[in-house]
Parts: sequence; structure tokens; C-alpha cells
Amino acid sequence: MTTETEVAQVLRPANHRRQDQVFKALAIGASSVIVALVVLVAVFLVTQAYPALRQNTANFFTSRIFSIDTPPIMFGIADLLWATIVTSVIAVVIAVPLGVSIALFLSHYAPERLARPAAQLVALLAAVPSIIYGLWASQLVAPYYLPVQDFLEKVLGWIPLFSATNTSGGATLMFAGIVLAVMILPIITSLSREVFAQTPTFHEEAALALGATRWEMIRTAVLPFGKPGVISAAMLGLGRALGETIAVTIIISSLSDQNRQSFSLSFFNGGETFASRIANNAAEFDTPTKAGAYISAGLVLFVLTFVVNAIARVVIERRRAFSE
Amino acid sequence: MAKRIDVKDLNVYYSSFKAVEDVTMTVEPRSVTAFIGPSGCGKSTFLRTLNRMHEVIPGARVEGSVMLDDLDLYAKGVDPVSVRRSVGMVFQRPNPFPTMSIYDNVIAGLRLNGVKGRKDLDEAVETSLKGANLWNEVKDRLKKPGAGLSGGQQQRLCIARAIAVRPQVLLMDEPCSALDPISTLAIEDLVNELKSDFTIVIVTHNMQQAARVSDRTAFFNLAATGKPGRLVEIGDTQKIFNNPIERATEDYISGRFG
Ligand SMILES: Nc1ncnc2c1ncn2[C@@H]1O[C@H](COP(=O)(O)OP(=O)(O)O)[C@@H](O)[C@H]1O
Ligand SMILES: [Mg+2]
Repeated sequence: MTTETEVAQVLRPANHRRQDQVFKALAIGASSVIVALVVLVAVFLVTQAYPALRQNTANFFTSRIFSIDTPPIMFGIADLLWATIVTSVIAVVIAVPLGVSIALFLSHYAPERLARPAAQLVALLAAVPSIIYGLWASQLVAPYYLPVQDFLEKVLGWIPLFSATNTSGGATLMFAGIVLAVMILPIITSLSREVFAQTPTFHEEAALALGATRWEMIRTAVLPFGKPGVISAAMLGLGRALGETIAVTIIISSLSDQNRQSFSLSFFNGGETFASRIANNAAEFDTPTKAGAYISAGLVLFVLTFVVNAIARVVIERRRAFSE
Repeated sequence: MAKRIDVKDLNVYYSSFKAVEDVTMTVEPRSVTAFIGPSGCGKSTFLRTLNRMHEVIPGARVEGSVMLDDLDLYAKGVDPVSVRRSVGMVFQRPNPFPTMSIYDNVIAGLRLNGVKGRKDLDEAVETSLKGANLWNEVKDRLKKPGAGLSGGQQQRLCIARAIAVRPQVLLMDEPCSALDPISTLAIEDLVNELKSDFTIVIVTHNMQQAARVSDRTAFFNLAATGKPGRLVEIGDTQKIFNNPIERATEDYISGRFG
């Protein structure tokens, strides 16, 4: 006599296999959609940029000119690349040490009662819209920042990177970099905290049993273990900073033509990043050539962030292979 | 440099749970003392109180006293960090620092002590690795990562790292339980050699091992599950294995339970 349960038992594996197949199909489908989207975006950017690049009479990578209203069409990204990289690098240089310190404090010093809510708060900060950061920085923080900038100009002004410029107030690359640092701090902090907290107990105990203080234990066990994680967190932060648009657009002022004539290395200069230049001029995309010129700039940003994220991924993968 | 350990009326708690109760014992210098007993009876817990490693676990605390010769390890003002520099520890799972070379692993403790001179470090590496019977196997690849060694070699590397700082006592918590029989024998031989310089305490779940390597054996047991572990008896290994005082010891040794 075959009971219903016996039948069910026989059927179950087949059922499971069907579920597996459905899930596999969904997973493959979803990932192909993502890959297709990325490819489509790239194709879109390239096809839109190409005609403008054909007409461009200046060197696209080295020229500082952006004159696209009347022929001859000339545009280059040198200034944009400089401003983008300077602001992002300032952001990472500030945010990584700060984020790592906060992360270590949360993972290895703070009592559980404080660490848990603080970690959640940090994760929450990562979700604050960037326009809020931009407004907050330009309206509330800028006045406090100015004395710092004046001080740096006075003390370090002999270094070209810190020389005084005509750009007024907090509209400088430096201030934009600092605000970007605040914006990427939460993601760097929470990713680093996670890896630090995952340090295997037996690594930590190895150091402690040798008579390491807590800080020495962190140096010998936690930091080496967390290093790949911190690197990838820094890369993700860098990727964000490179592409951040609205906050940067609010903060830095573009340079007048007069101020642009000679190139300045100073962090206290104004300028435009790829993203802020495009956002500032979105109203001008009225001819394919003009749009194409901005899209060419966008394409460079796309490649830049893509490469940075790819490096972050590779580091994470390597670490995975290593920790097994 | 080897020192005597005197434990008196020691209780160990994990928060409100009493894991070990009322242990009083003496560990003789320049000898090997083995801790045996069923798992969960508090051998590791008690061992960690001998260099204050239990303090790493949140909520763990002790009552009672542990003397290292004349030094009360739990006296006010005694720094657990300095205790651990004189009472070294080797763990169940070999734990060399994975990103460090063999060389750097051995001198990790010396670095913490501020030893810098290249010559001193080179010497310490050679002596410690020879002391851990590992020198011949690794002398040509000192700059390679310690993680590339076999399990048994890694454990001997950890022993080299522990003895490099010349501790007075070496605590070993089931150092062979993750190793194959050949590596186990290598570690046992090593323990035999090390006892001329150090006071050694070794936890083992393997009674033949206790019989082979130790001079004295301490048997721990649980009165019942959920009750704290206790020291049932301690004595010369010969005596514990052939003629124990307590019935529970005899039962455990003859394999009647546990
Ligand atoms: N970190 C810990 N937190 C709470 N209880 C623990 C912890 N480690 C061990 N214990 C408990 O203490 C008792 C003794 O454990 P342990 O010392 O590991 O025994 P053994 O080493 O003899 O097997 C067990 O009941 C165990 O559950
Ligand atoms: Mg144990």
C-alpha cells in the first residue's frame, strides 16, 4: 500500500530539483540583465561621444579648453580630471585614517553597549542624501573652515599646492575634498569595522599571549587581517567621491575665464569636476555635438570609476582566497 | 628561569556561571605537568587563568590566588601584559601570524619587547627554531610565510615564537589535537627537551600522551553537567596512572567513562 507520505517523499527530490532550476534560471537572468545594462550604457556613451570627438580640434586628454558653442569645436578634460582627482584624493586621504580609527575604536575599544548603536548610526549616515551634505557644508560648515584655509595658506603657502588664489571662501577644491571625506567616511568606517570585527580570535590571542598590549595586538593581528578590506573600502569610497555630483556642484565655484588662463596647482583654487561640469551645463545639451562633448567627459568618469571599483573587487576576491 | 606556580582556592567564572571551583595545586619548576579530564571540565579555563588570558573573554573573572614564585599574578598593579610575557601559551589550533614570514613570526614577541638589533634577532630566531626542532626544516626559507608550513611545523613555529621571549612558564592547551601522529610525536619529544629550561603545563585529552610526556598529572572532573569543574587529584604521573587515590580517577584512566 502506498501512502500519501511515501508518494510525497518520492516526489520531493524532483520538486527540489525544479526549485533549484527555477532559481538558477532567475539568477542567470538577473545577472545577464545587469551585464547587458552596463554594456548598453557603455555603448550609449561611446556612440554619443564619438561624433563630437571626431569634430574636436583640440587634444581631448591634454587640452584645458572647453569651447563648444561655435566652430572650431575644441574641448579637453585636463582641468576636469585634475579637479576630480584632487578632490577625491583629498577625500580619501582624510577619510581613510579617520574611518579606520573610528572603526578600530568601535570594534576593539568601545564597550558593547556603545559600539552597537554607534555602528548602526554610522551605517545610517551612509544613507544620508548627498544634497543634504552639500547644503550642510556650504551653509553651516564653510564659515568654520575659512580660518583653517587661511592658516594653511599662511604656513604652507610656499608650497604650490597650498598657495593663495582668487577663489573666494569655501568654494575651493580643498573644501570640496573635505566635504567628500565626510560623505565617504561612513562607508569606509562601516566596512572597515566589519572586517576588523571578523579578525579570528585565535589570531588576536596569538598576539595577546605573547604579551601584546591591545594596540600591539591590533597592529600584529587586526590590521594585517583587515588590510585588504580597508583597501577595498577605500576604493569604494574613492569611486563615490569621483562620481559625487550634487554636493560638489553646490560647493565649488567654477573658475572665470580670466582665472583659468594659467593653470594653478593650488588646492585652494576653484574648478569643476567631471560630474559638476556636466551637471552645471545640463541645460546646454541642445545639439548632438555639445551633448557629445559632455558625454565624452562622462565616459572618462565612467571608465575611471569602473577601474577603481574593479580594483576594489579584485582585492576583495584575493582576500577571500587568502582567508580560506 | 623556570618558576613554580602555586594556585590557592581558585574559582573561575564566566559572568555568573562558575566554570571551575576551588582549585589548589602546585606546579613544579622544570617539569611537565599534564591536565587530563573529560571535555568541558574546565581544563582550558583553568589553564588560561595561569597567564590571565581568561581576561580576554568578556565576563570571565577569578577568585583566589596564583603565585609565580613570589609574585602574586592577581595582586593590584600587576599588568596582565607583563604576566603574559613571562608565562607563554601555545594553543590547540596552530596560529602563526598569517601575513608574517617564519622569521618575523619567531621574533614577534621580541619586537613587542623592543628588541631591535639584527644580530640579536638572527640569533634568537636560530636558537628558538632549534629549540623547537624546526631549524633544519625551515632554515632555507625563513623569509617565506609561516602559513605555508604543515600543521605540525606551524605548531612548532608557534612554540618557537613562545620560547623566543624566554618565558618562565609555557602553557600548552591540547597542542597536538589538530596534528597527525608523526607531528604529535615530534611535539612530545620537544616537550621533553624543553622541560630542562621551562616549567611546562600541558592540557591533553590523550591519556597515553599524558603518561608519555608528564612528570605529574592533574585530573579534573565535573561533579555533574552544569556544575563547575574541580581538581580531583594531582600527583606523580606514575602514581596517578597506576595507583590513584580517587575512584573517579581510576574510572577515567581505565576508560570506564569520559
Ligand atoms: N568563553 C566562554 N564563555 C562562557 N562559558 C565558557 C566559555 N568557554 C568555556 N566555557 C564553559 O566553561 C566550561 C569549561 O570549559 P573549558 O575550560 O573549555 O573545558 P575543557 O577545556 O576542559 O574542555 C564549559 O562548561 C564551557 O561551556
Ligand atoms: Mg579545552
